[in-house]
Amino acid sequence: MNATLKLLASAPWSAKFGIFIILGYAFVAIFAPVLTPYGETEIVGAEFELWGDGFILGTDSLGRDMLTRLIYGARNTIGIAFLTTILAFLLGSVTGFLAAAISGWVDQLLSRVVDVLMAIPALIFGLLVLTIVGTSITNMVLVIAVLESTRVFRLARAVAMGIVVMDYVEAARLRGEGLWWIMSREVLPNALPPLVAEFGLRFCFVFLFISALSFLGLGIQPPTADWGSMVRDNATLITFGDITPLMPAAAIALLTVAVNFVVDWFLHKASGLKE
Amino acid sequence: MSEQSDQDILLRIRGLRIEGMSGDSWQEIVHGVDLDLRKGEVLGLIGESGAGKSTIGLAAMGYARDGCRITGGEILFDGMDLAAAKDSEKRHLWGSRISYVAQSAAAAFNPAHRLIDQFTEAPVQHGLSDKATSEAEARELFARLQLPDPDGIGQRYPHQVSGGQLQRAMTAMAMSCKPDLIIFDEPTTALDVTTQIEVLAAIRDAVEAFGTAAIYITHDLAVVAQMADRIMVLRHGNLVEEGETRSMLADPKETYTQNLLAVRSFKSAEMANPVGEEPLLRVDNVTAAYGKIPVLHGVSVDIHKKRTVAVVGESGSGKSTLARVITGLLPAASGAVSYNGEILPPNYRQRSKDQLRRMQMIYQMPDTALNPRQRIRDIIGRPVAFYLGLSGKQLEDRVRELLSLIELEPDDYIDRLSTELSGGQKQRICIARALAAEPQLIICDEVTSALDQLVAEEILKLLQRLQDELDLSYMFITHDLATVRAIADEVVVMLQGEVVEHGSKTEMFKPPHHDYTDLLLSSVPEMDPDWLDDLLAERAELAKQGRVLKAADH
Repeated sequence: MNATLKLLASAPWSAKFGIFIILGYAFVAIFAPVLTPYGETEIVGAEFELWGDGFILGTDSLGRDMLTRLIYGARNTIGIAFLTTILAFLLGSVTGFLAAAISGWVDQLLSRVVDVLMAIPALIFGLLVLTIVGTSITNMVLVIAVLESTRVFRLARAVAMGIVVMDYVEAARLRGEGLWWIMSREVLPNALPPLVAEFGLRFCFVFLFISALSFLGLGIQPPTADWGSMVRDNATLITFGDITPLMPAAAIALLTVAVNFVVDWFLHKASGLKE
Repeated sequence: MSEQSDQDILLRIRGLRIEGMSGDSWQEIVHGVDLDLRKGEVLGLIGESGAGKSTIGLAAMGYARDGCRITGGEILFDGMDLAAAKDSEKRHLWGSRISYVAQSAAAAFNPAHRLIDQFTEAPVQHGLSDKATSEAEARELFARLQLPDPDGIGQRYPHQVSGGQLQRAMTAMAMSCKPDLIIFDEPTTALDVTTQIEVLAAIRDAVEAFGTAAIYITHDLAVVAQMADRIMVLRHGNLVEEGETRSMLADPKETYTQNLLAVRSFKSAEMANPVGEEPLLRVDNVTAAYGKIPVLHGVSVDIHKKRTVAVVGESGSGKSTLARVITGLLPAASGAVSYNGEILPPNYRQRSKDQLRRMQMIYQMPDTALNPRQRIRDIIGRPVAFYLGLSGKQLEDRVRELLSLIELEPDDYIDRLSTELSGGQKQRICIARALAAEPQLIICDEVTSALDQLVAEEILKLLQRLQDELDLSYMFITHDLATVRAIADEVVVMLQGEVVEHGSKTEMFKPPHHDYTDLLLSSVPEMDPDWLDDLLAERAELAKQGRVLKAADH
């Protein structure tokens, strides 16, 4: 515990700022029902009311409170992005480690499948598959997780390749250890630092991906509050010089920047660079 | 010191202090060292890793590597203080008047340029010579350093010549500007003993011929005895002892120096193979290949119970491949490996848990043989739990017992990470991990070659003690004949994937021999300062009789 605090204290201001913002978002997301004046999908006033009395940030195209939607949006968008990233990492690291540990045809097969998936632009591919299987949160999470796991696979495989040639892995193999033990006990702990750093980065991309899909109408479906679709729904306000639709976009941008600050610091530590 | 000798001094270092970055703070690693070097003199710097010898060697050029800084003292090179000099002034000296020969020539050459172009770079850059003259000088120097085909070798790229040749080419490059001082930083450590001889002879000859002063850094006292006029023994950034080579070797004053000198004296009693007994491990006419490249051609080796078989040979002789075949990492193409009379499946994946348990391995580099993220408790505990099924209190007790066995205090070490240990301690943990499986045979692959000599000797003694106590058999792969002399009962000499000679230790250290065995045996440096001269004279004599003893890559 003390060591963790010490580590945090030694972080540069950018990373501290990032951590502060992320904790803030997490707080808002977790305590959303307590913090909001109205219900998530409750229509509480006229359409497009201005900032001020009762509605701090006004209302949206259906007359729902903007602030409430924004706070619930944090919960939905971040929660789903987090879940998706975890899935992508589970899938990507396990396959990546398998490819490195077994090598041979398993590696060839997995790598070529990943090549094919990566060759198709992710957003187009995502749109295509979601149109075919139908839009639901489960489908979206699975599709994005599979698409993002290709990048994780590449990293996990590359890192694990450097580890499986170590003598301690050879010693474990000669001991007669099974594949799972080698992957989870010998490879994983040593591959963790770059993977954790990548996790932060991937989280941002997944987050943006979901927002983009929502903006295009294939992501999180109404009436669930979500930042991407909130930008789309209220986009018309921009033409009247109202910045309200930019608020969810700004929320996305701020979180992305914050996560990247922390990731930068982490990468720096993991790579062992001094300057 | 008199006026006369003062003029002779090329390099004078006084009160040199150097700090190194460790973690987040600066720590002093060289604590006020004095050094004098006369023109044309060769000074040997000797010490274990961490003694600060390389750091001092570089500081003699006024250079501190990344993460180091010179914090005190003066470095007078020909009257100029390099500690205070500007970078531009130092750059003017470097390459032209002071040059440096690194341990790994392969890493120090630019792989994209021909040798001759790298040779001429410094003289042309410093405006000392034009390209044509410099190229002519290069050919002369190549010949002087006994490189084959001195006229043509410069046209080659670094990867097209052997390690020993490259190290000599690097020496030639260092001499391209006829410098006053050359720093040699372990130039032969990465080479085989047979190649080392020729590099040593070439360096010494060239240094003498041009009257160049040199600082020769090494951890091997026997090597420095051949090269240096004077020796400085360093330890933990302090000077331990300094003196003329001969007088220091004959009469070392400090205990530490005496220990260094005595380092190769450990010798176990040889035990003859029991007659008529089935060997524990029998390797029978094994051939193996990496892809299409054959590496082993019909190798047969027997290892008996409680005996140590040393497999010697230079790099590329197939000795490590033999270990991979025995352990099943590289399945043999033909031939058989049998254990206790029972033929083992060629691939380790097909071997039973018990077959795997009885044969354990210890590696050359303890750093890569231990998982840096595991605690000692888990590293040693895993084989105990895996093979013997112990858990909880019993497991912990067994781990503690094993730690005591390898002479490490259980309470201090059981919860440490392997990264918190020194090289020798790491190797002990590797031994404990092997012992944890309760094996009968341990394959030791160059287990002492990455360690300092004093530490290496401790490890050898430990292995010998364990053999006596636990009735182990060892297969000892090594290129170091001092190790063989210390621990082997039987010796197998390998060359290019074949066994050229084998027999008991006493037999093997007594002539007559196969030519290669002779070459290998005679190439091991001895503490005697005349050893290199005598050896070269002897080999010249043999050559006249038509028996040429030379390394294959010469």
